[in-house]
Amino acid sequence: MRLNSVGQIALVAAAIAYLLGVYFASSPVWMGFTINALIVAVIALSWNITGGFGGLSSFGHAAMYGTGAYASAILQVKFGLNAWIGFGAGILAGATMGAFIGALAFRYGLRGSYFALVTLAFAEVLRICASSFEFTGGGSGLQLTLTPGIGNLQINDRTVVYTALLIVVAAVMALTALIKFSRFGAYLIAVRENEDAARALGIDTYKIKVQAMAISGAFGGLAGVLYLQLWLFIDSTVVYGSAVSVEALIGPIIGGAGTVWGPLLGTLGLHLLGEGAKHLLPNAPGLNFVLYAIVLICALRFLPQGLVGLAGRVGPFKKKENDNA
Amino acid sequence: MLEVRNLSKSFGGLKAVTDANLDVPEGSIVGLLGPNGAGKTTCFTMIAGFTKADVGTVRFRGQDITGLPPHRICELGMIRTFQIVQPFAGLTVQENIAVGAYLHHHDRRDAMSVAREVGKRLGMGAMLDRPASSLTIAGRKRLELARALATGAKLLLLDEVMAGLIPSEITEIVGIIRQIRDEGHTFLMIEHVMQAVMSLAETAYVLNQGKMIAHGPPRELVKDPSVVEAYLGHGAAARLQEGSHA
Repeated sequence: MRLNSVGQIALVAAAIAYLLGVYFASSPVWMGFTINALIVAVIALSWNITGGFGGLSSFGHAAMYGTGAYASAILQVKFGLNAWIGFGAGILAGATMGAFIGALAFRYGLRGSYFALVTLAFAEVLRICASSFEFTGGGSGLQLTLTPGIGNLQINDRTVVYTALLIVVAAVMALTALIKFSRFGAYLIAVRENEDAARALGIDTYKIKVQAMAISGAFGGLAGVLYLQLWLFIDSTVVYGSAVSVEALIGPIIGGAGTVWGPLLGTLGLHLLGEGAKHLLPNAPGLNFVLYAIVLICALRFLPQGLVGLAGRVGPFKKKENDNA
Repeated sequence: MLEVRNLSKSFGGLKAVTDANLDVPEGSIVGLLGPNGAGKTTCFTMIAGFTKADVGTVRFRGQDITGLPPHRICELGMIRTFQIVQPFAGLTVQENIAVGAYLHHHDRRDAMSVAREVGKRLGMGAMLDRPASSLTIAGRKRLELARALATGAKLLLLDEVMAGLIPSEITEIVGIIRQIRDEGHTFLMIEHVMQAVMSLAETAYVLNQGKMIAHGPPRELVKDPSVVEAYLGHGAAARLQEGSHA
């Protein structure tokens, strides 16, 4: 996780300062807002594994997010199992769903926009299924019983929740860095850059892509479970809706896809922007999505490497090894 | 080291390769010649596992590798390069080579140091930290070679590695290939640059319209009437003969 320039250090320092500042602001609104942003950052980090490193742009990360949340909720509500078991099962379910979608899509050589469409279709099919079947709670969703306590993964104290989420995000980022600088990461990037050349160099590209989907799915499932434990309620639109898929990809693209810090920076930046817009124009709900779209278009046009790439151009260090943050 | 027997491939009604036989002894440099569209690259893609042959067998170091996927073949020690060079544009030169090195060196530090060493051996020491996208054509061709070598492959299938280079660059690559061969590697190369084939290859095969029409030392091949006619058209050999008498 090396930072290559004054700009990148400033950017990361600003993010850390903000995240720590939330502790001292003693504003429940800010804290609640940042807690939401951190959960979105986890799904953004999930998208970043496949979309950022692997160049496999999914448009349906809600499939993993929702599957993680539903798996945990069903185990708790229908089978009365402990929340921690649900937590593990949710991550596993997300990974399985990711691997399944990947195995199927890559088996038929789908890439680019076709892959994006298939993932979107999966998420939508799952959303409709979840709203139809009885064991997923149908249209009314699933509600966990309120039983506060660490044993049930239900925490009332917002500061503790916030700290826990910071630790989770840091852990997922550390795993991302580990992946980036490993053989697997190098292979994944090679697949993104040129799949034929990767195959010639002895890379089993199918296996690498399915593994990436499984890891991404695990992170996605984790995000879903975190959401569930925070709100104690899910329904099909909330966790399988396309808004989740959009939020998963927009943060990394704005922040810098294929970087360790990009997804967090992009998500925080966007949410601040969206929140700001809400306060400036309180009578226009949904305006934040219009704003997201404008920012996304600008980022795609002017910032191919996102905020991290932009900051990298501000006061770059001379360095021996060329690694991005 | 490599034995190809009765290899055939059709695309619909087009017979791209028919009944091709080919032997590459260990430590040699063997050329694969032929006019455009003769089926040379198709031959390569079948040998390296990128496309499945309709008929025929490929044996590498005595082992039947027909139908194995490319990554398995590469693990066994045979690798192909591409006619149109395919660098990983977003990575540095060293990282590019490291992707090859990762095949047998799972640790990042090992892979990067192997990459550095291979890069230096191919005269790319000064370019290691540059993005691969900034390389010239000659640099990219070298990178292609370096990446292949870093996998630890013993047999390299080079697809027109000289194409698009100026004569002085060709001389350099010829020297590099000879050096790599002396270090214990074997080459099968598709090549149009006759200067290179003449000075490198001990034997060459000539493919025309999907069929092997001749094989032997390159110096003799250029006099072979069937080879001359493959390039210059029917009756050309006879006319050349007359021309040289007149």
